[in-house]
Amino acid sequence: MTWLSITIAGILTYMTRMTMIALVRRDLLGEKIKAVLAYVPSSVFPAIIFPAIFINDNGVYINMNDPKIFGAIVAILVGYFSKNVIATIFSGLLSYWFVIFIS
Amino acid sequence: MLSKKQLFTRGMIDVAPHMLSVIPFGIICGAIGVELGFNPYLVYGMSIIIFGGASQIVYLQLLSGGASTLVAVTSVGVINSRHLLYGAVLSEYLDKLSFLKKLLISYFIVDQGFAESNKFFKKNKTEQHLHYHLIGTGGTLWVCWQVATISGIILGSFVPEELGLKFAIPLTFIAIVVQDLKKLDHVIVMLVCGISSLLFFDAPFKSYILISPIIALFVAALLLRLKK
Repeated sequence: MTWLSITIAGILTYMTRMTMIALVRRDLLGEKIKAVLAYVPSSVFPAIIFPAIFINDNGVYINMNDPKIFGAIVAILVGYFSKNVIATIFSGLLSYWFVIFIS
Repeated sequence: MLSKKQLFTRGMIDVAPHMLSVIPFGIICGAIGVELGFNPYLVYGMSIIIFGGASQIVYLQLLSGGASTLVAVTSVGVINSRHLLYGAVLSEYLDKLSFLKKLLISYFIVDQGFAESNKFFKKNKTEQHLHYHLIGTGGTLWVCWQVATISGIILGSFVPEELGLKFAIPLTFIAIVVQDLKKLDHVIVMLVCGISSLLFFDAPFKSYILISPIIALFVAALLLRLKK
């Protein structure tokens, strides 16, 4: 079942890659749609980020002093200024671990 | 005029700096899949079948959180819809290829490869075998992605659960969007999406993952209209 759904997801993903190159004339996507598509990352990824930080495994909102909030703020600051993906992820993880295990 | 081999090598070199982020991301993707309790073969199979890091993580996270398969598959489609944009931009340079070659080369279109090859294409429009640059960037990313996810799957089975590696998921996505915080319109769209996802978190089948992007894209379209 899961294999089947992964295969469908894979075909769907391949279609998104192939359609504009092999199937349709390139001017089919109007300038307007192209402009909106540029917002896809900003419109999708916060829906993963916010719940993963603010809602815990039991589906309850966390407290403001939760280590995940601290970790996320550090990651955002480091990411914003360093423009470095690894530094962003690891600064967040390390500050999260620091609060949990040390302080 | 550069030879096919030169173009291919140039693609490999151009995409090389991205390995610094692609490899850790792949390792995290593999490790998290195992951490969330999925069959290692399945976690790896996704790297060949889907070959799209962000969507792979989201898919696994949604399923492990009790989302319906339909929602998980649809959200993969939504996340990867950005490739339509890449395809539309690249098609200008790939027009002359045969249909079969277009089908094959499409599989290798990913974010970083698109970014580098598009940059190169713009500067070298007159080259004859431009697509070899795209094969160079995409092929390099493909090989690294495969090796990285396998390493992650192996490493992931050793990582103790107390470390809370799941927290790497939101951090990874923060790393993807953080540079867009420089643009006010993107900040608004992100906040709309994030707040909607919290409001609709209890919607059936984890459909918040689809509802909030739809609301956010709607707001994005409105903002575009206002900008004019």
